[in-house]
Amino acid sequence: MRVVNAASRLTGRGRGTVAGGRVALRVAPRLLDHLSCGLKLALVSGTNGKTTTTACLAAALATSGVVATNATGSNMLPGHVAALGGSSAGTAVLECDEVWLPRAIPVECPSAVVLLNLSRDQLDRTAEVRHVANAWAASLVAYRGVCVANADDPLVVSAAQSAPCVAWFAGGLEFRQDAIACPRCMGRVHFDDADWRCECGLARPEPDAVLGDGTAIVDGTPVPFAVALPGAFNLGNGLAALLAAVRLGVDPAAAAAAICAVRDVAGRFSELDVDGTRARLLLAKNPAGWSALLELLDGDDTPVVVAINARVADGLDPSWLYDVAFERLGARRVVATGERWRDLSTRLFYAGVAHTTEPVPRRAIASIDADRVDVIANYTAFAALSGGR
Amino acid sequence: MLRVVTVYPDLLGTYGDRGNGIVLQRRAVLRGFDAVHDEASSGEPLPVADLYCIGGGEDGPQRLAVERLERDGTLRASAADGAVVLAVCAGLQVLGRSFAVADGTRADGLGLFGIDTVASTEPRAVGEVVVDGAARYLPLTGFENHAARTVRDEGIAPLGHVVVGVGNGDGTDGALQGRLIGTYLHGPVLARNPALADWLLAVALDVLELEPIDDDPSRALHDERLGAAGRARPSR
Repeated sequence: MRVVNAASRLTGRGRGTVAGGRVALRVAPRLLDHLSCGLKLALVSGTNGKTTTTACLAAALATSGVVATNATGSNMLPGHVAALGGSSAGTAVLECDEVWLPRAIPVECPSAVVLLNLSRDQLDRTAEVRHVANAWAASLVAYRGVCVANADDPLVVSAAQSAPCVAWFAGGLEFRQDAIACPRCMGRVHFDDADWRCECGLARPEPDAVLGDGTAIVDGTPVPFAVALPGAFNLGNGLAALLAAVRLGVDPAAAAAAICAVRDVAGRFSELDVDGTRARLLLAKNPAGWSALLELLDGDDTPVVVAINARVADGLDPSWLYDVAFERLGARRVVATGERWRDLSTRLFYAGVAHTTEPVPRRAIASIDADRVDVIANYTAFAALSGGR
Repeated sequence: MLRVVTVYPDLLGTYGDRGNGIVLQRRAVLRGFDAVHDEASSGEPLPVADLYCIGGGEDGPQRLAVERLERDGTLRASAADGAVVLAVCAGLQVLGRSFAVADGTRADGLGLFGIDTVASTEPRAVGEVVVDGAARYLPLTGFENHAARTVRDEGIAPLGHVVVGVGNGDGTDGALQGRLIGTYLHGPVLARNPALADWLLAVALDVLELEPIDDDPSRALHDERLGAAGRARPSR
């Protein structure tokens, strides 16, 4: 496997984490059963927050031993083989692509499955978000571990309820467009602040973990909880990791402290220096991710560079740009860039957001005469910028 | 005042479909017309409007949308009164007589269009599309993502013929019947096709021509996507 990984890196075809796993799975299809056998394994899935939550949960579990993880975001089964095959740790936390999760659960027999949220993303690949929720539900019926699920997302709740053992966290839900029509009966889900219910009886379960003021309350007991990562959505991700760690036997205070110390997750929120301009890198891949980031940026007038690509890993169709409330960027300086800068520029034009354009992201950053800028990029645009640090 | 309504974004709004309403409203306002765009949720009575945009959705919500539009009655009445209706993807199927659903059965549409949508054994149609022909709003560039295929009654014109992609599945895309326009080019199709947006506006406003818009970035986007489509997907 290592030979194939090295070949993948040498030929420049990949980062060399997945190719080896893919070949290994072809040679030995039952390899994952063996690799995950006897392991304390947690899988983390959902549309947004997988990588951050995986990093937080790995940090929490690392308080009691070595943890294997797929920190590079190689989150399909070949990536899982690569992460487990290269490690002798007795504990592992793997982020799992939401479409692959139903296949991973029966072969990897995880001790915990963390379900964050589900919303529209890469629809050319995942087809329909309700199909994903239904596939999750089917794969959880015979699942014997603990399912740690977001009580605030009706799609997640409808899927997680088919698992025999569920622990609920109040992780929040920024983007509700995919949750308005009830996943069970198609009726209308009524939201009232954080609470929600449908006439068919589907309703928000009582959470086992909630956020307090500077604290997290798990099973009724508060622990200090000030997450270093910015944004309300990262508090939700941290809470998911905390509840999962506690259910896997970690002391709540120790887990919380480890999660709060996580700062840099695969380049997210890291800073890039471009000709003296400090550029903060923010990842937003879909409307829900954008909602969360716009919330973070509100009340600030730092110039923004937006970089949009539409490669396979991004989803080939950038129609989702019209589900993002770009109006909220308001009067700040905005530059449109990335391979699909014309799509973005047209979207900003219709949102009434004045902006300039520069197809090359680094030049777009340099075109702003300011000490600091926020760069919001989708997946491959983000990878290109953060990889070039 | 020109009133644009996006129909049931809670049920039919999978691919940024609200973009069409935004584009129509903005392009009218930029020409000095008074125009509003409302997004009408399926829980409320559908407002009377000059222009309706209907988007794409999954099977379940699509059937529910037909049920509620039928019960509400406003879309049918407005269409009979001459409202312009743009229906994309599942929206096109909603306006038709019938459509296939995933469990192998058929569901009734509103029957405003003389078309039927049938299940297909062909692979799901996903990717860039180019539609061409003689009409003034052509060529069109867009993205499609659908499993079924659509059969038009004799006498129901398509929007144009498919140069790249699948569309209806018979070498044409969409349907055109009076002031009803349907296409498989999903989501914010008008964002990439300013000529189609302006043609719909001209019909709704009852004017022959609309002034060009200064610094309109969508014209260059249209040309770029037409060029990219041929490279992205081999033609039929």
